[in-house]
Amino acid sequence: MLHDCREAFAETLEALASERDDIVAVANDSIGSSKLGGFRGSFPDRLFNVGIAEQTLVGTGAGLANAGLVPFVSSASCFLTARALEQIKADVAYSNTNVKLIGMSSGMAYGALGPTHHSIEDFAWLRAIANLVVVAPADPEETRQAVRAAAEFHGPIFLRISRMGVPDVHGPDYRFQIGKASVLREGTDVTLIANGVMAHKALEAADRLAGRGLEARVLNMATVRPIDREAIVAAARETGRIVTAEEHTVFGGLGSAVAEVVVQEAPVPMRMVGVPGEFAPTGEPEFLFEHFGLTSDNIAEKAEELARIHA
Amino acid sequence: MNTGRPATRSARADLSLEELRRLAFDLRIRDLQMIHGAGIGHTGGDLSAMDILTVLYFRVLDVDPSNPMDPGRDRFVMSKGHCSGALYTTLAHVGFFPKDELASYMKPMSRLNGHPDRTKVPGVETNTGPLGHGLPVALGMALGARLQKQAWRTFVLTGDGELQEGSNWEAAMNAAQHGLDNLTLIVDRNRFQQGDAVANTVELDPLADKFTAFGWAVREIDGHDFEALASVLGRTPAEVGKPTAIIAHTHKGCGVSFMEDQAGWHHRVPSDEELERAIRELTERRDAHVA
Repeated sequence: MLHDCREAFAETLEALASERDDIVAVANDSIGSSKLGGFRGSFPDRLFNVGIAEQTLVGTGAGLANAGLVPFVSSASCFLTARALEQIKADVAYSNTNVKLIGMSSGMAYGALGPTHHSIEDFAWLRAIANLVVVAPADPEETRQAVRAAAEFHGPIFLRISRMGVPDVHGPDYRFQIGKASVLREGTDVTLIANGVMAHKALEAADRLAGRGLEARVLNMATVRPIDREAIVAAARETGRIVTAEEHTVFGGLGSAVAEVVVQEAPVPMRMVGVPGEFAPTGEPEFLFEHFGLTSDNIAEKAEELARIHA
Repeated sequence: MNTGRPATRSARADLSLEELRRLAFDLRIRDLQMIHGAGIGHTGGDLSAMDILTVLYFRVLDVDPSNPMDPGRDRFVMSKGHCSGALYTTLAHVGFFPKDELASYMKPMSRLNGHPDRTKVPGVETNTGPLGHGLPVALGMALGARLQKQAWRTFVLTGDGELQEGSNWEAAMNAAQHGLDNLTLIVDRNRFQQGDAVANTVELDPLADKFTAFGWAVREIDGHDFEALASVLGRTPAEVGKPTAIIAHTHKGCGVSFMEDQAGWHHRVPSDEELERAIRELTERRDAHVA
């Protein structure tokens, strides 16, 4: 069964708002797309809809935090991170305000609406900013826990929430921690590192590889910044090969973040699965994922290639 | 909105308007010395804003330098963050940090950066520098106070050229939408921006009409007239149920004849000789006036 993680976000935020008076939401005409209809019904005076005005969306969040509230600023990730990038940098990260930025419908989920609506640069833009935590949950369980962790964490944090259907990759015993990768599968021949909607594809790739005699470790690297250096170094030392997979450009995203650690601390051969440096053609998300090789087959192929070349 | 508290908890709350006027000249002198010492600064805009800041901090704002993060404090947002020199000089004289520290302005490792940093400087509410950030943040503050039924007020000072940033008008529409009469915008209308007169760049007039059309209560004053500043800033909102915009007509470089209304003094640093002349003029003007 596939889940839309926005639902997990919305139900958790509503639960938090019932528990805590200081939780508020800020939207930019994005109540429907952020699934905030229920929040508005239950807490109408705690939802601020600034209209189609992203700079004010983020600035208002910073001001609400200054007033002692905990704002969840929710908008399509493409507009939130690109249009309001300077507000994210100055008003939130540099000012160290307790703002929770929620980038909705990230990656290529908007499909045929085209590259204006795709958000495949947000990791690169945001992880370059100091004092900003960047998290991309993989499934509803991790989304629920990440939303709660964001509320408890005192400081700036960005959550990247997809609208694309994903299966569960974590059980109820899973405990999300900011900055910690989760091991979805143990293995010693290669490590597949993914997050968000690519995590389950990495797991599928590992299944495929097992049938061909390669035991793959699968790491869900939900937190892109600060990245779990320890897990990456262990993966490099213990498996000798790394393949990353992300719904993001390969310029500056998860693969780059992993490579920065690998080349400095434990150099091993790597491959990166992601969007190459080009704007997407027209097509639905499934088509675009195939087009750019964001598939379990391609992840498995890259792992086999590494095993072949670096036997 | 009546806070039910004295208008300010500043240690100098007892100063008369004539004393405030004299103080603003002293703050100008200190600011110019600081810019001269740093070899960098925004001279013109510091001097145009100094009277506004003096009246705000010594007459209007309910802030406590001994408890700068008091949740019930009034919020002041210095949106024209490049005029950090004027802000720091004022904050130091109110008592937020030692005046001696002003000498470290923009020196290596000083917390007095060219643009204010709330994580380092007590009394700074939000980090500004890129223009058009202050009003949206102030909007959030005012919404937060209202939601929590708190009586503190939010004041924000922008430059005039800064109003060319569209973000201000996003926030202006929102403030009117919510009828935020706990929010006051002061525009330092010195009619100059970095490279030229505002009128030769992208003119803002009719500015009062623009804010009126956006649903704000508007007052226009002489931004160097202490009676007017104290009376208008001290009586907000100008209209119940509306945010207040105070257009303070000022002169860039105010107080020093050869700096006044000169775009070239936007970020020019006075030479030794110019500093000496400026201090002489400011001192004469301070002492010439009879209240």
